[in-house]
Amino acid sequence: MQDLSLHLLDLVQNSIAAEANLIEISIEEDEKKDWLSIVVDDNGKGMDEETIEKAVDPFYTTRTTRKVGLGLPLFRATAQRCGGDLRIQSIVGRGTRIQIELQLKHIDRPPFGRMEDTIVSLILCNAEIDFVYSHKTNYGEFILDTREVRKIIGELPINNTEVIAWIQSYIREGLNEINGGVL
Amino acid sequence: MKTLKELEEIRQRTLEEVNLRKDRKGTRVVVGMATCGISAGARPVLLAFVEEVKKRNLQHVTVTQTGCIGVCRLEPIVEVYMPGQEKVTYVNMTPEKVQRVVAEHLVNGQIVKEFTIGAVEKKD
Ligand SMILES: Nc1ncnc2c1ncn2[C@@H]1O[C@H](COP(=O)(O)OP(=O)(O)OP(=O)(O)O)[C@@H](O)[C@H]1O
Ligand code: FES
Ligand SMILES: [Mg+2]
Repeated sequence: MQDLSLHLLDLVQNSIAAEANLIEISIEEDEKKDWLSIVVDDNGKGMDEETIEKAVDPFYTTRTTRKVGLGLPLFRATAQRCGGDLRIQSIVGRGTRIQIELQLKHIDRPPFGRMEDTIVSLILCNAEIDFVYSHKTNYGEFILDTREVRKIIGELPINNTEVIAWIQSYIREGLNEINGGVL
Repeated sequence: MKTLKELEEIRQRTLEEVNLRKDRKGTRVVVGMATCGISAGARPVLLAFVEEVKKRNLQHVTVTQTGCIGVCRLEPIVEVYMPGQEKVTYVNMTPEKVQRVVAEHLVNGQIVKEFTIGAVEKKD
């Protein structure tokens, strides 16, 4: 994956596959502590202990069936390369939390990439799911909550192209504000 | 700056059109979004479809995603479901190819044969 926004898009596909209807993406950048945390919380079907173990073990996942598990091991490898790790907490029937932590200024840290494209792709293709995207830096915080958007647009579908275009610019501008223009 | 008021305006402006199109039979564009698809460039392909559909105001087209379509090495893969037509599978898609698929297939109903899985598999 070229950037973090693509890793994230892939990670959230797991929550969608787990039939979540509320997915929260929380990103926190801390320049002073030189730390970056990315958390995805979902209320999907969850995993038991055995599945969790299989899911993060790159050898298990890549060496048995070809299809099982590229997404998590890839993201985990990225985190570990940057002095961090990926952790999974999950309760069957309740949901899953995936947390990725890594060194913000690590030379190998992939750039964020187009976060607005990732969020918009998710909303566009999963109109029945609610997404909350919050992104904090040392300069401020940006939040997009599709439940709030729905209150305003009423019966207009959230995946309407005009609404999607609005959300895309809204995120871009919001991120620029909390980053002083650089990602 | 994007404001919430603008969103409210979009609602008022767009709602009538949405109601008009409800009863029409639509075309579905489905983009594969498994890990392999995403790393091969599915996201820009998806967004290129959305952009073109918006630009041309193709009210009958919906763009959506699916997981694994099954042929990693040919990702990004796009399936087009048009009423009265068999499913068409386009492979190795790029935003540039999307322009042609929209103009020729979605607008004029002419399949872009050279981008389809059948044509590409024959070449290999
Ligand atoms: N949020 C989640 N909720 C429930 N199960 C999950 C979740 N995330 C991962 N899993 C389980 O862990 C497995 C491995 O996930 P991973 O993303 O590594 O691979 P995959 O989604 O199966 O395939 P790929 O990502 O390569 O398309 C999944 O198949 C699923 O069983
Ligand atoms: S895993 Fe690649 S197309 Fe399904
Ligand atoms: Mg996955």
